[in-house]
Amino acid sequence: MKLTLKIWRQKNADAKGKFITYDFDAASPDMSFLEMLDALNTKLIKERTDPVAFDHDCREGICGSCGIYINGHPHGPGKKAITTCHLSMREFKDGDTVYVEPWRAKAFPVVKDLIVDRTAFDKIQIAGGFISTNVGSAPDSHAIPVEKSKADEAFDSAICIGCGACVAACKNASAMLFVSAKISQFALLPQGRIEAKERVQTMVKKMDELGFGNCSNTGACEAECPKEISLVNIARMNREFYWAKIQ
Amino acid sequence: MGKFFGSSVTKKFVMAVAGLFIILFLMVHLGINFFLLIDDPVPFNSAAHFMATNIIVKVFEVVLMAGFLIHMIWGVVLQIQNWVARPKRYKRTSSSQTSFFSKYMIYLGIIIAVFLFIHFMNFYFVKLGLVEGDHENFHLMANNLFHLPLYVVIYLVSFLFLAFHLHHAFQSAFQTLGLNHNKYTPVIKGIGLIYSIIVPLGFSIIPIVIYFFK
Repeated sequence: MKLTLKIWRQKNADAKGKFITYDFDAASPDMSFLEMLDALNTKLIKERTDPVAFDHDCREGICGSCGIYINGHPHGPGKKAITTCHLSMREFKDGDTVYVEPWRAKAFPVVKDLIVDRTAFDKIQIAGGFISTNVGSAPDSHAIPVEKSKADEAFDSAICIGCGACVAACKNASAMLFVSAKISQFALLPQGRIEAKERVQTMVKKMDELGFGNCSNTGACEAECPKEISLVNIARMNREFYWAKIQ
Repeated sequence: MGKFFGSSVTKKFVMAVAGLFIILFLMVHLGINFFLLIDDPVPFNSAAHFMATNIIVKVFEVVLMAGFLIHMIWGVVLQIQNWVARPKRYKRTSSSQTSFFSKYMIYLGIIIAVFLFIHFMNFYFVKLGLVEGDHENFHLMANNLFHLPLYVVIYLVSFLFLAFHLHHAFQSAFQTLGLNHNKYTPVIKGIGLIYSIIVPLGFSIIPIVIYFFK
């Protein structure tokens, strides 16, 4: 496959980045997108130029490390509910021009090339994304009866991998899908209810402080989320927030 | 209290409540406007007189005006915050599966606000005595305006944009209020779609009928 790659290159957080065009003919439809970038980097290293920096870890779609904005989509075009590491080069045609950009948000500053600093998500989690009680090992937890439907809903929220695609997809760079998933996974369970009131307030406050935008219920986050986190979570977060404030 | 209104969630709450109040008011306004289709000016002028003098309506008028102002000011504040949240735009963008008109709410809102100003200059400010005009015969004033081609075109275009605005606004307000349910949200979306077509269409039919047939 021959591709024209237009990749965002930025030396460091303070540097002014720009798109560099690479005519790359060593891509294969059998590669994943990250493998294609690996191949490009091998070529760049052989040419004694700086390879493209990008985040990756498990390459199994569960760690939330990778995240690149490709041809107008977080994690790339084509199949729904996949991370960048699961994006296949079959989604592209020979001769395609591919725009490769980092997540764009004030709260996610670019560190280098395609790597952004997602510490903001950690800060939101630290603000309240936990329970303070020691629930013991798994069998002890199961001693508390949880309605199956609630457990399923909580699990659906808990599968958020915190990759930041919701922020990247949102026209307002809002983090509400992420925050609401992290709030929901606790709010739905008895163990999480104890601190629910404080949690929703501290996490929303931290989210606002960090400079994320406001949700306008557009739904791009839900459409692009690799774990298909639903907008229902945002409505639940809103309810939790109002309830906490009027109590 | 300041903190309550300061958060992103509560700003949206205020936007949604103000918006829903305006949505309710639009139905009342449309009901009165249908009297314009009657040649006899008495029913319409009586309704307008009632709306201008009744003490309960006057209280609601204050709430409505506050609603308009809050909806507009908060809308602009939220939009500026949203622009600031993404200082660098993407080079290549694509559309996701989204509520299409939500992307243009601020622009649609600005167009509607401009129309609202024209509308206020023609009627509401006349009623308040800020602009000259016969506030006891709005039927005649409306009929005169609806015989001006340019005014009719501006009116119809404004209501088309209002329809687009309402299409997203209706269901969005419920989502913001935390009312999202697997069973009922599709119903809310359906009602929102019907409302966003029927109400602007109702407003639009009146100038068309008056211009061509009266």
